[in-house]
Amino acid sequence: MAPETFLRVLDPKPYKVAYVQPSRRPADGRYGENPNRLYKHMQLQVILKPPPENIQELYLESLGALGIDLRQHDIKFEEDNWESPTLGAWGIGWQVMLDGLEITQFTYFQQCGGVDLFPISAELTYGLERIAAFLQDVDSIYEIVWARDPKTGDMVKYGDVRLADERQMSVYNFEMADVEKAWKHFELCEGECKALLDGYSIVREKPQVSQRDLGHPIYDKKRFPLLGAYELCLKCSHLFNILDARGAISVTERVGVIARVRALAVGIAKAWVDQQKDEPQADKEESEPAAEQNAADMAPATP
Amino acid sequence: MPQPVRAEHVSPGRQSWVRCENDPGPERDGIKQMPDFLLEIGTEEIPARMIASAQQELQRRVADLLSRERLPAATEISHVDTPRRLAILAPGIPDAQPDVSEQITGPAVSVSFKDRQPTNAAHAFAKKAGVEVAQLERVTTPKGEYLSAKVTKRGRSAAEILAELLPKEIASIYWPKNMYWRKPNERFVRPVRWLVAMLDDQVIPLEFGGIRASNGTRGHRVLFPGAVVISRSSEYSENLRNAKVLCRAEREQQIRKALDAATRTIPGARWREDPSLLDTVVNLTEWPSAILGSFDREFLELPEEVLVTVMRDHQKYFAIEDVKGKLLPNFLAVLNTDGDPQGLIRHGNERVLRARFNDARFFWQTDQKHPLRDRVSWLKNVTFQKDLGSYYEKTLRVQRLCSWLTETIKQKGIAVRPGVVHKAACLAKTDLTTELVKEFTELQGIVGGLYARVQNLDRGMPDATRQLIAQTIYDHYKPVSAEDSVPRSVEGAVLSIADKAETIAGMFALGLQPTGSKDPFALRRQANGIVKAMAEHKLPILISDLIKLARETYAGSVAEKKFAQGTNYANALGAFFRERIEFYLRDQLGYAYDVVNAVLMADADDVVDAVARAAAVSEVRSSADFASISVAFKRIKNILHQARETGKEVSSAVDSSLFQEEAERKLGAEIPEIAQAVAQFRQAREYSRALTEISRIRPAVDAFFDKVMVMVEDERLRANRLALLQTLLKEFSTIADFSEIVTQGK
Repeated sequence: MAPETFLRVLDPKPYKVAYVQPSRRPADGRYGENPNRLYKHMQLQVILKPPPENIQELYLESLGALGIDLRQHDIKFEEDNWESPTLGAWGIGWQVMLDGLEITQFTYFQQCGGVDLFPISAELTYGLERIAAFLQDVDSIYEIVWARDPKTGDMVKYGDVRLADERQMSVYNFEMADVEKAWKHFELCEGECKALLDGYSIVREKPQVSQRDLGHPIYDKKRFPLLGAYELCLKCSHLFNILDARGAISVTERVGVIARVRALAVGIAKAWVDQQKDEPQADKEESEPAAEQNAADMAPATP
Repeated sequence: MPQPVRAEHVSPGRQSWVRCENDPGPERDGIKQMPDFLLEIGTEEIPARMIASAQQELQRRVADLLSRERLPAATEISHVDTPRRLAILAPGIPDAQPDVSEQITGPAVSVSFKDRQPTNAAHAFAKKAGVEVAQLERVTTPKGEYLSAKVTKRGRSAAEILAELLPKEIASIYWPKNMYWRKPNERFVRPVRWLVAMLDDQVIPLEFGGIRASNGTRGHRVLFPGAVVISRSSEYSENLRNAKVLCRAEREQQIRKALDAATRTIPGARWREDPSLLDTVVNLTEWPSAILGSFDREFLELPEEVLVTVMRDHQKYFAIEDVKGKLLPNFLAVLNTDGDPQGLIRHGNERVLRARFNDARFFWQTDQKHPLRDRVSWLKNVTFQKDLGSYYEKTLRVQRLCSWLTETIKQKGIAVRPGVVHKAACLAKTDLTTELVKEFTELQGIVGGLYARVQNLDRGMPDATRQLIAQTIYDHYKPVSAEDSVPRSVEGAVLSIADKAETIAGMFALGLQPTGSKDPFALRRQANGIVKAMAEHKLPILISDLIKLARETYAGSVAEKKFAQGTNYANALGAFFRERIEFYLRDQLGYAYDVVNAVLMADADDVVDAVARAAAVSEVRSSADFASISVAFKRIKNILHQARETGKEVSSAVDSSLFQEEAERKLGAEIPEIAQAVAQFRQAREYSRALTEISRIRPAVDAFFDKVMVMVEDERLRANRLALLQTLLKEFSTIADFSEIVTQGK
């Protein structure tokens, strides 16, 4: 979950955003050999807080805007509730099926970072490869036309852009990622994240603290880098996924490791809510475009 | 399919309410006197699995409300449910509650008048009753004369009551999983987007979830996007149909027709009935149709089980087979729209299925790189349960239990191949490490069986043996539900029983037995499976032995250290299995509960035996002899109970020299004679003949109670007679405890 989603849904301010994010799930890798499975795919992520009453109609219109004439297709909303145990986030919703193909996950968030949300946000994640393959009527994701040279008309296909990534990262994630080092990375990131959270709780008690108290330059609460803490938490989440793909986490351990990452996410969510509380009302950043280039979704593959 | 709930709310006490003179005419507030009530809750798509039960609950709640509020419907309440709406139509409800008159009693006449003038007490009472003092009446009670008044309570209008009370009923509907979208304390399965509440053409001012009811509903999302106005509640179904929304029964019929029509295009083909899949697609559509699609023949090389699972569970497609029942390279998809003239939808669905099948084939081929026998050691890394260790350890325990079981039943003359069971037990869980099972968990066991069928299990193993091993693995989760069949072979049954018993034993030993409605490890279902497999394969395994041996497989293990101390393992499991046998006899075989009780009171350790006894007892249960024996046995139990309570002695043995009455002597002589015959027949498991013997004792028992007094003063006589009765009870309750049989009219 990108910070633009994870953190932004926590506070009560209305918020609407759409951005593309890569979603990485190491265990879903197929060495580029499977025409429909990717370890990394692109999502168009839409957050609407609070969800408008006609949200489903708006969503269906958006499909029309993509060139899908619903009168010629079969669309169904089938129950599917999304959950990210590592980030303490879950919601209620559907997978949207278009002619038997899941094209969107539609979720009404209920909790994020263990925090009950109010108002809630609706999250729409459009699976871009699937929609593109559908629109272009190709059987393999790698056959999607990614771009055309405006002069020559030569095509660049998705495979040209991504195949090496899938192939090599599958090898890395399944076979070569150094388990021992991944654990060390995990512990380092976890440790730093925890230290930041401890730092925040000191800042929260005493808005002006000395360098001696914190071991860092003086910060006021508003400048405290919870976003940095969240990035470390995401790294933990991703390292957990890699370790999982390597088969390095037994079912017993799994629960414990998930709880460790979740503890970070919950701590950050609480701190963020606290940090936002004192933001002046006039602060209007909400329409700022948020096309972060590295907003990788590191939510673990849910079982 | 939910049965239409019968309108049970026609208030029986209706006549007792007195209609008043000032009863309104047929018209009041512009509504006819018995308007049709319509309620429709319009929502975003409700999960298919939740619709039917929520609909039934809503209907029950509305019916109860109308009955409680004295607004019963004239005819049966009907309903409409689709993914986007739950609706109730109650035809002809009163437009208002009937007014009621009540006679209330006031102060005593003696304090109500002073000097023939009404006192304050009389005035206050008249005011309270809303009448003039002059209108007050007098009643005479045993305590004296009192004032009394007739009070009329005007009934409230139906609209007012419904607007007030329905929101609470709507909010109370149970959902397996609900959500909030507007306010944290306002929960429903999905956001409510519109409400219709009408009495004929009048809107009821009902509010729920921030929505105010109107007469506007919505049609099919795509086929009828415009507004739909309901002119009159009675025209609701018609209005919906025009807006391309069908009720459940119509949708099911339309789907069946469409599936038939699409299938007919292939000569000799038929679609595979699948009631739960049909139910799902009925609950996913408002205006259904169906298309026939096809897939590449080469996918038919994959096992049918895999293809059908992908189609059914992942795509909600129906499979099609030829005359011989062989799968055809086609599928049927149910659409929520009126057709696919250009074939675009078919094309899309075919593409998705192709991708899914490609995936499955990829997994299948990847899995073959490591045959099952290589995967046994991999099970060390798969946790069975955190305190019970890995699946590898489980495998060893199940193998050990299987050896005991096969030996036991072999000794009792059952033909079984221990080597087959042993090998199958060794490989049974290895498919948990395969990609195919990781993707399609519902195929566990089946995939193992399929792989064993095509893989080389052991050098020089005859093909027939391998096939039997494969089948044993394939079946070993069976029966997975009450409806499911048991494993086909004895070997499969033994493995299935051992696998389940080992789990149940471990969980009980850890103190993780099911409590109340909580059974997270589905231990009840697994025990049901054990009972059913034993009964149908007629396996002579005693439950007590199974419990003991299953527990012994854990002896010396690490898991054992985690076992809960001080729990009465054997007793708890004995009681648990007894309940499961009871369930099997009653719910699966249909025996009356008293027969089941009677049979299990006698013995609940041998499932096969219990089934045979239940059959025999069931047959004679209503005969005059057994009705009489049952009454007598109840009496004997009471007498013995009473004797115990009052500390009366019961002799340890019957002394025939103490008999005084002829009836006593006769019973004393017949008991050992008949009991011996009963014991012989019981030994030979000839229960009908044993019961015939038992019935022979009836005249003697009847005569005994007719002529002999048990609780006499003479202690020796009494103790001897009690002993006689106790012997009778003991010797004749080995097949069933007849005192448990419920007799007519007694």
